Amino acid sequence: MDLTPYAINLPPGIVFIAGGLLIPMFSGRLKSIWMLLLPIIGFITLNTTPAGNHWAYQFLDYDLILGRVDRLSKVFGYIFCIISFISTIFALKVNDNVQYVAGFVYAGGALGVTLAGDLVSLYLFWEVMAIASTFLILARRTKASQAAAFRYVLVHIFGGLCLLAGIVLTISQTGSTAFEHMTLGSTASWLMFIGIAVNAAIPPLHPWLSDAYPEATVTGAVFLSAFTTKSAVYVMARGFAGTELLIYLGAIMTSIPIFYAVLENDIRRVLAYSLINQVGFMMCGVGIGTALAINGTVSHAFCHILYKALLFMSAGAVLYRTGKIRCTDLGGLYKTMPLTCLFCIIGAASISAFPLFSGFVSKSMIISAAGHGKMTVVWLLLQFASAGVFHHAGIKVPFFMFFGHDSGIRTKEPPLNMLIAMGLAAFLCVFIGVYPQPLYEILPYPVDYVPYTGAHVVGQLQLLMFGALAFCLLILSGYYPAEMRAINLDTDWFYRKGGRGLYRLVDTVFNNLNRACDRMLAQGLTGAVNRFAANAPARASRWLLTPIHRLKGRDGEAVDNFRRGIQYAFDAGVVPIGISAAVSGLFVVLLFLLR
Amino acid sequence: MRELKLFDDPKNVKRLLVIFFASLLVLLIVDFFIHKHADFPWEEAPNFFAAYGFVSCVFLIFIARILRPMIMRDEDYFESPADDRK
Repeated sequence: MDLTPYAINLPPGIVFIAGGLLIPMFSGRLKSIWMLLLPIIGFITLNTTPAGNHWAYQFLDYDLILGRVDRLSKVFGYIFCIISFISTIFALKVNDNVQYVAGFVYAGGALGVTLAGDLVSLYLFWEVMAIASTFLILARRTKASQAAAFRYVLVHIFGGLCLLAGIVLTISQTGSTAFEHMTLGSTASWLMFIGIAVNAAIPPLHPWLSDAYPEATVTGAVFLSAFTTKSAVYVMARGFAGTELLIYLGAIMTSIPIFYAVLENDIRRVLAYSLINQVGFMMCGVGIGTALAINGTVSHAFCHILYKALLFMSAGAVLYRTGKIRCTDLGGLYKTMPLTCLFCIIGAASISAFPLFSGFVSKSMIISAAGHGKMTVVWLLLQFASAGVFHHAGIKVPFFMFFGHDSGIRTKEPPLNMLIAMGLAAFLCVFIGVYPQPLYEILPYPVDYVPYTGAHVVGQLQLLMFGALAFCLLILSGYYPAEMRAINLDTDWFYRKGGRGLYRLVDTVFNNLNRACDRMLAQGLTGAVNRFAANAPARASRWLLTPIHRLKGRDGEAVDNFRRGIQYAFDAGVVPIGISAAVSGLFVVLLFLLR
Repeated sequence: MRELKLFDDPKNVKRLLVIFFASLLVLLIVDFFIHKHADFPWEEAPNFFAAYGFVSCVFLIFIARILRPMIMRDEDYFESPADDRK
């Protein structure tokens, strides 16, 4: 069906941003329809736009290309539209325009980044994303969320500035604003790499994610889980595919967060750590850079957005109904929220890459790519992380929320719109897992990969099921670390405590400097000038009149008495007119001589 | 509100565990009958993935337990005394 004549000829990112800003104009059912229409328009526009550069504009001296459409950008564009649609359904009952506008502008920024064909528009949309997403955290309107949002935006301003500096250097060196593949080496490329790495949450630049996402609103976290990191994955895949460093960073990134996820008490923070772990797989794939690895990365990003949103939705539904999100407060919710529980388990099975669920058909490509490349340590780390994911995201999240010890909480399923959104995401997770062909067909490179081989299915099932066995045995033996109301230090310690340390340092240095200046200048010098000025007439009179007195042949005690007399006369304000006249006269003479 | 009480009955928990252990056993046996196309020699070792999955998870918990005393802090660790005054 050719929809071109009906499609609105605007870049999808602009459709989202402009359409999002208009949301407050609508109310009631019309608002819902408007919001659901935007992702559909975006999707159709993207689908009907042929490969190539579109929507080129002139801005200052730069050519902005808002629509570089090719196989790589299209996949990301599609999934961003799909997840916006699902997240909007999930959020329909939220009565807060700030979140709607922020959500759509944020998604529009991500679409803009994905379709940007030049560095200038890439940067502009990058910053739109950073600012809009901050409001999804602020909108929770708690003290913790305000503080987290403040840290979040500071980190992203830092990342954005690194990116900007890299872009400015690139443009000044090459004279071109084109956004093409780069090799890591020059200062400019490093700065851009660091800027992107901040958004991709590559350790040690990751803690903004696990800090801020769990503080976002119920629906905001669903939006957040989709866009920032995955648009960074896209930009890495576009700009730095095949960068060897990314293989190792990615492998580390898959492994370290799972230790934190095991210890973490806040369910949404567990999900945030597992998000970092999953993006680690993608970074690894980008680093390997072969056709199989890039296909794996892109398809994993696609699947990940769906199941991670599904997990954040189910955790959000629990938070929405119970007001609680800590493992220590929850448990036994399957009794009253069976559907949410089922959707959560589907998300958990997908993230764990169980056969027949979406993670299986995508993650395996990345691990196979590492295997084909004979990267022994990386392969072992990725397999370790796969088992670890199942441990914390696959078992821990559903187990402590819906099973485990009965918290005694009796509630009900979330509103219908939330169930529909979760159902849609869950359906897609299973659909892709069972029938990956449609996804494989839109990947950047032709797919020659068969996920369902006997060895692969059995190997993966063994890895997961024996991981589960370990979980059972460790829980039963009491060796599994108990859930505790506590937080775990991460690298954000450096700027949270370090920031406070810097504050104290600056406080001490500058306030002491201030006090010293106050003593020296305000009190010391001014006082001295004041005293000097107050005594000046008496002193000037003494200096001028004493020599004259001496000329009269007087000396010794008589001169001293005369000088005391002058001082006394000035202190008491009873200066004889003769002296004043004499001093004035002498002053005039002095001026005349010095002229 | 209707409540599900599926796992309140120990019989059901037991059933679940039986299914779980049976599936583990099946996986161990099936492994001997499938054709393997491995990138690394150890992938072809019988039941390599079962061992690796189990060891990985035990290792994960072992390290996490060591890590916990080092990184765990009170929930209000980052709150400054100045915040309390407000």
